[in-house]
Amino acid sequence: MSALTKADMAERLYQEVGLNKREAKELVEAFFDEIRAALSHNEQVKLSGFGNFDLRDKKQRPGRNPKTGEEIPITARRVVTFRPGQKLKAKVEAYAGTQS
Amino acid sequence: MTKSELVELIASKQPQLSVKDVELAVKSLIEHMAQALSQGQRIEIRGFGSFSLHYRAPRVGRNPKTGETVKLDAKYVPHFKPGKELRDEVNDSLKAGY
Repeated sequence: MSALTKADMAERLYQEVGLNKREAKELVEAFFDEIRAALSHNEQVKLSGFGNFDLRDKKQRPGRNPKTGEEIPITARRVVTFRPGQKLKAKVEAYAGTQS
Repeated sequence: MTKSELVELIASKQPQLSVKDVELAVKSLIEHMAQALSQGQRIEIRGFGSFSLHYRAPRVGRNPKTGETVKLDAKYVPHFKPGKELRDEVNDSLKAGY
C-alpha cells in the first residue's frame, strides 16, 4: 500500500467537503505550513483527535563518530516530538488486532 | 496552538473560504490521516515529515496498584519522524533565541 500524500488529502477534500481543486490543494498546503510555522516559533501544536506536536530542548552531550570512533560532542538542539492522542492510539491498536 | 486556532489562522489567509468551511476541511484532514494510520498506511509529507506505525512486542506488565501481573498483547503505536526542513527550522529557532 503506497503512502498517503498531500495530493490524496486534497482529492478527499474535493470529493467530500466540496472545495474546488485549487482550494483543496491550498488548504492542505496551509494546514502543514501553519503547523510548521508554529513549531518553528517554539509553539506547541495540539490537534485534538490526533495528537500533540511538542518541542524539547536537548543539552549538548558527548557523541562518537561510529565510523572512526572519534569523540565529537552532539551540540545542544531543539527537536519536535509527536505524542499521539488517546483516540488515535486506540484506533491504531485496533489495527494490530485485525492482523495475525 | 490548538486545532481551533489553526482553523482561524488558515481561514484568515483564505478569504474565499468561511471559518466553517475551513473547520470542516481540517476535521476531514485529521480524520483522513487517523484513518490511514489505523489501516497501517504510512503518511509522507515532503518537508514536514512522515507518520508510520511502530511495533511493540507482547510483554508481561504489572498493575502498579495491585502488583498483579498482566499479559499485554503485541500492538502498534503511531510514530512521527520530522522531515529535514522541519528539523532544521525548529533547531534554528533555538539559535535565534525563541
